[in-house]
Amino acid sequence: MGDVILESLCAATEDHAVAATEADAVDRMPARWVALPDSAEQTSAVMRVAADHDLAVVVRGSGTKLTWGARPERVDLILDTTRMDTVVEHAAGDLIVVVGAGRRLDDLQADLAGSGQWLAVDPPRRGTVGGLIATAATGPTRLLHGPVRDLLIGVTVVRADGVVAHAGGKVVKNVAGYDVGKLLTGSLGTLAVITQAAFRLHPLPEAHRWVSVPVTHPDGIQAMVQDVVHSQLVPTAVELDRPTAGDATLSLLLEGIPPGVESRTAQALDLLGDGATARDHAPDWWGAEPLVGGEVLLKVTHEIAGLAHLLTAMDHACAATGFTAHLRGSVAVGAVTVGLAGPADAHALAACVANLRERATTFGGSVVVLQAPADLKADLDVWGPVGGLQLMRAVKRQFDPERRLAPGRFVGGI
Amino acid sequence: MDVRGLADQLRPLLGDDAIITDHQRLRTYECDGLAHYKVTPALVVLVETTAHVAAVVRACAAAKVPFVARGSGTGLSGGALPHADGVLIVMSRMREVLEIDRANQRAVVEPGVINLQLTREALPQGYYYAPDPSSQQICSIGGNVAENSGGAHCLKYGFTTNHVTGLELVTPGGEVVQIGGKAVDAPGYDLLGAIVGSEGTLGIATKVTVRLTRTPEAVRTLLAAFPHTDQAGAAVSTIIGAGVIPAAIEMMDALAIEAAEAAVHCGYPDGAGAVLIVELDGPAAEVEHQFDQVEAFCRDNGAFEIRIAADDAERALFWKGRKSAFAAVGRISPDYIVQDGVIPRTALPEVLRRIAAISAEAGVRVANVFHAGDGNLHPLVLFDDAVPGESGRAEQVSGAIVDLCIEYGGSITGEHGVGSDKAKYMPRMFNDDDLDTMQLVRCAFDPASISNPGKIFPTPRLCGEVPGRHKGAHPLADAGIAEVF
Repeated sequence: MGDVILESLCAATEDHAVAATEADAVDRMPARWVALPDSAEQTSAVMRVAADHDLAVVVRGSGTKLTWGARPERVDLILDTTRMDTVVEHAAGDLIVVVGAGRRLDDLQADLAGSGQWLAVDPPRRGTVGGLIATAATGPTRLLHGPVRDLLIGVTVVRADGVVAHAGGKVVKNVAGYDVGKLLTGSLGTLAVITQAAFRLHPLPEAHRWVSVPVTHPDGIQAMVQDVVHSQLVPTAVELDRPTAGDATLSLLLEGIPPGVESRTAQALDLLGDGATARDHAPDWWGAEPLVGGEVLLKVTHEIAGLAHLLTAMDHACAATGFTAHLRGSVAVGAVTVGLAGPADAHALAACVANLRERATTFGGSVVVLQAPADLKADLDVWGPVGGLQLMRAVKRQFDPERRLAPGRFVGGI
Repeated sequence: MDVRGLADQLRPLLGDDAIITDHQRLRTYECDGLAHYKVTPALVVLVETTAHVAAVVRACAAAKVPFVARGSGTGLSGGALPHADGVLIVMSRMREVLEIDRANQRAVVEPGVINLQLTREALPQGYYYAPDPSSQQICSIGGNVAENSGGAHCLKYGFTTNHVTGLELVTPGGEVVQIGGKAVDAPGYDLLGAIVGSEGTLGIATKVTVRLTRTPEAVRTLLAAFPHTDQAGAAVSTIIGAGVIPAAIEMMDALAIEAAEAAVHCGYPDGAGAVLIVELDGPAAEVEHQFDQVEAFCRDNGAFEIRIAADDAERALFWKGRKSAFAAVGRISPDYIVQDGVIPRTALPEVLRRIAAISAEAGVRVANVFHAGDGNLHPLVLFDDAVPGESGRAEQVSGAIVDLCIEYGGSITGEHGVGSDKAKYMPRMFNDDDLDTMQLVRCAFDPASISNPGKIFPTPRLCGEVPGRHKGAHPLADAGIAEVF
């Protein structure tokens, strides 16, 4: 049986399919085959093989965020996108790029840098373009340039039934038809396979300055962030790095033309007050995930003015359950990540997350467990409460009625 | 149940004055801003609350009667064109700004709130609502959400979809669902991304949470006159190529200028073959420096006159000519079609020459007004309906321009929407599989196809259960803990 399937996958990909190894397991769920199609057409053929043989499919780029979300119920086939890695079109004058989903983000940034442009997602990572979309990964500069969903202007996808479809286009301004690209952004590979994407680009700024200041108490941190967001500094990013309660740094990125950045740096130093310093390079923690060894990573959102409540709730939840939290992220956007270290115990982790969620109304956001060791995740509600779940289920039923794509990975068991 | 039965059923809840069945009064709702499409609705209801909307939609769903939501009726694609056997739900009485939340940089509004009204209420606190369609004095936020409206300043600040963080939605089944809120990135699929711009086909927004934008420290505006659109187009490319992202770059050609002059006496330079309006905003030091650059770029590319707005009044005069351009064309032509297409910005000079050739060949005048920074063209095709054959020729020219946009890798609509008007063009931009995939979303939200049917898609998809085995939801979900898992 297995040989027949492998033969079919090889036929679909011109011999780019192999039996899976231990390294291909997803959340310790072993896979059986890996297929590496090099085009939408081959991806379609692979999906048709999966349909014929009732295979559950997990889409993989570089695999850096493959464990985000809940543990899939089944994994038969890994659909690896990394051979779809060509830059199809870079129209520098139009500030757009069309690129295969399997191209690594750091490679793409290198391609674009020669034209003085970049895809405004930072910092450059080894993850792929497709993974960036599927995980809706966020970085500091989304404050000014918007999240991935706002930079994505067109997609080519292969549906679970093998149908190849396009949505959007390659112009920034376009309202023809539904914005399927946004629906796929953050869908963790549960709706369709993204094979190609078009993005709007931004010019690389001429000058950068990071202005940082040590901060301590939640109320003081929030007051300072409020001063910044209501100012005329127009920062590209406002990041908080808080390794422990009482020890934190607030850091602003100012970009633009040299005279403008100079003038705003002076204003920022003035606004942030005693202890503020300006540098022309990023702090070493900039844009990195705050993993502290425990491999538990949360994504927490909050209302901008709910920051103090969030920090207090975080400290409270940790104190009550024996964890320490390293919080880092875009506090002027209201999206941060938290690395948790503490007992390697599923109940303790569940208690910590539940404690934080109980206070979520005070900061107006949500708490999602992005990543945790497989044994801790098994009985954990990684997603928390979800608004509009019935609509989401209906969307999944339409796109993937047989639950072929990463079944169980997404919200509500989708 | 027929529609008259619906009227009787809804009257006790909404009140007599909110139910319109009289034919003459119904006719006042027969079109939106695209007045050559006219359909008299079977019933009009004037709603005031979310509960009203949900009750009306539930009644429609039960009776399998289509409904269409209408805001201010300013849309230019027939998106709010009524259904002859359906209910037109008029949202304009829901026009309260519920909250201006400066600390969170958000506002919560009812869908009938006028776009500019929101900005006026936010301005005293140093904030405004960035999407600014030319109709912002009368168009509603709910309509903006349906159409994903843009505006002159979306080059820098984005469209409605980039500014909505939360919605209260009445689904086509009549359920009230809260999606997103003041915080970003709600867990799950990006339903907001699907709903904003879906032209009322996925339900009715009854409450909208939007981002407010800090008013810029400095704003500078110039008006540059060029002998020909080629030079103006080259100036645009130079500006963007230098890494400058202006708040807006607008262009008008000689015919559009003539019309604006006749209508609002904006005093644009004599003899211009094209004018550019370039606006920069942001921190003062940046704006000053880049404004000098932009002025130089315009001169280098052949601008023969450059005016710099000395104050808000002069800036308003520059914009007056541009923002009134559509209506102004009525001064030089009895009838006209407003086209809305998008091309890659770098193709601008070439596409303008092709449009001129199409216009000359057909003997139909075309005035060009556009958001040059993002390649969004608004050719105005002029004709006289009283002359036999002219309207048909104008339609042909208008369609040829759409084809040109597709040929150059652009879009059939940049901001006006597909609506009733452009459904027929959708298959030129998307193939059957693309359209089928979009309609999967439609089927998820509205399997009975009663929410603004007949818009966007030339051929409706039947939303019957997809053949195949259904494995059902996660076992824990089925066991009743679905909502928390």
